[in-house]
Amino acid sequence: MSRRARREALEGYLSILPWVIGFLVFTFGPIVASIYFGFTEWSITRPPRWIGLDNYVRMFTRDPLFWTSLKVTSSYVVMALPLQLVGGLALSLLLNIKVRGMNVYRTIFYIPAVISGVAVALMWMWLMQPDYGVINSLLALVGIQGPKWFWDPKWALPSVAIMSVWKVGGGAVIYLAGLQNIPPHLYEAAEIDGAGRWPRFWHITVPLLTPTIFFQLIVGLIEAFKVFTEAFVITKGGPLNATYFYMLYLYEEAFQNFNMGYASALAWVLTLIILTSTIILHVTSSRWVYYEAEERGA
Amino acid sequence: MTQKASVGTIRPRGVIRSPLLSRQTRRWLGAGITYLGMTTLAFFFMIPLLWMLSTALKARWEVFAWPPQWIPQEPHWENFREALTRYPFGRFTMNTALLVVANTIGELLSVPLVAYAFARLRFPGRRSLFMLVIATMMIPLQAKIIPLYALFHRLGMIDTYWPLILPSFAGDPFFIFLMVQYMRTIPFDLDDAARIDGAGTWGILYRVILPLCRPPLTIVVVYTFLWTWNEFLKPLIYLNDFHSFTIQLGLAMFRGRYSVEWNLFMAATLISVLPVLVVYFFVQKQLIGGIASVGLKG
Repeated sequence: MSRRARREALEGYLSILPWVIGFLVFTFGPIVASIYFGFTEWSITRPPRWIGLDNYVRMFTRDPLFWTSLKVTSSYVVMALPLQLVGGLALSLLLNIKVRGMNVYRTIFYIPAVISGVAVALMWMWLMQPDYGVINSLLALVGIQGPKWFWDPKWALPSVAIMSVWKVGGGAVIYLAGLQNIPPHLYEAAEIDGAGRWPRFWHITVPLLTPTIFFQLIVGLIEAFKVFTEAFVITKGGPLNATYFYMLYLYEEAFQNFNMGYASALAWVLTLIILTSTIILHVTSSRWVYYEAEERGA
Repeated sequence: MTQKASVGTIRPRGVIRSPLLSRQTRRWLGAGITYLGMTTLAFFFMIPLLWMLSTALKARWEVFAWPPQWIPQEPHWENFREALTRYPFGRFTMNTALLVVANTIGELLSVPLVAYAFARLRFPGRRSLFMLVIATMMIPLQAKIIPLYALFHRLGMIDTYWPLILPSFAGDPFFIFLMVQYMRTIPFDLDDAARIDGAGTWGILYRVILPLCRPPLTIVVVYTFLWTWNEFLKPLIYLNDFHSFTIQLGLAMFRGRYSVEWNLFMAATLISVLPVLVVYFFVQKQLIGGIASVGLKG
């Protein structure tokens, strides 16, 4: 290495130092520690005590709440993720129409994506009040007796999924960027060949959007596993544990009951689930995600 | 989707054209239908916020009217004052603003520096380290939250703002990624020219590169604001003292501790959302463009 190259390398390492330290202290360290804590009994005030696989055995064999929360979270993924993927795509198709002033609509539909947290949860709680909520009053206008939403064990989880659809504008903007990257000459060629609107959508738009759909699928999955605020603020996990999300269980075990060891094991199982599903998606993605570069033989 | 086709596309076959309408008229009609459809949809998307505003301005007795009244008989502006004074929301807002400022400083000190090294300096291991940055974007918070809590507990930082501030000085991986992507598009000739003029590595960063990085810097600042403002789980875990609460914690406590006075409640919620909306309206263009570009290049 020349003197200049060595100097540049040194400067490079110095520049990334904040990230390196942050990675070691706030990410890598905690992850390693979390594996260790998963094998201990530990209540933060006293030092952790090694108990081997006990936490995991307990979780899988005698902890109904673990299974409940896992079921709630995966049901939520199954309900919310398709809604978000299809809803986002549909909205982006609308926002891609070329008329003047479309930017105004894009701005409006993106608003729900920037406000979040407790405020949104409270707002939806109020909207979905069974007896004096505005949603049930709108449904009554068309003759439908609205459900009790968050207050009905059958409807509570779908309610959380429905409120998540309000935020599809966030996904739609990403789809929109994908849509605008599709070369127009493909549509022109298809049109000359006499392909109608639906064939063009299925054979051009969808295949060329698969990288974006894939990205949204992974991000959506990780987000769904993190759902916490809605359950904590609106339902407290109820009614009848219908919205007892995994993250809520984790929080209660760790920071209310201070079963830090057991909670670490819970965190690890969740991380493994997320990792495994991401890897499975990645592996299968080569079958359905279309990358232009590969097609060209690049 | 019917709207899409009606905007100036020609269908080659199977279409019975009305002889009464000229192409011009049909195009005009199509645009009209598009605007009508989009406006209706946009209205439905805004219902939650409009309903929040409506409730915030109502008298107590009006809140539970059935069917719900959209326009309050007279606006009760004093609800806002009452929401702010009955519960220390002014205090909570100041606390949150302080965290926003601290986190912004942290990200602005670290992100450009780290990104500059990854984007424009050569050093062994650069590629794999950058892959690591991208990989850490995928690691869910729950995998590290318990050891992080333990770490800050050990350091005696529970009930201080340090756990909520320090990580930002390491640079958020998402921001680093975004910044690297942007910095790579700046011509390298600029660096060489500056070097010939006698500028050092960091001189180039601060005098040549950074002034060209307004768009990604805006995104860093705005997202730091949004995330810090909306963050719930972390403050919930690290802060116990009522006086140090953030606005999200304040809202959640408001829900938990008192019987719900929905008009005051919605006034408080609106106050918490307002700064976000104001900032959003000033930067929506960069924000939508910035988030859209992320899904593609990864």
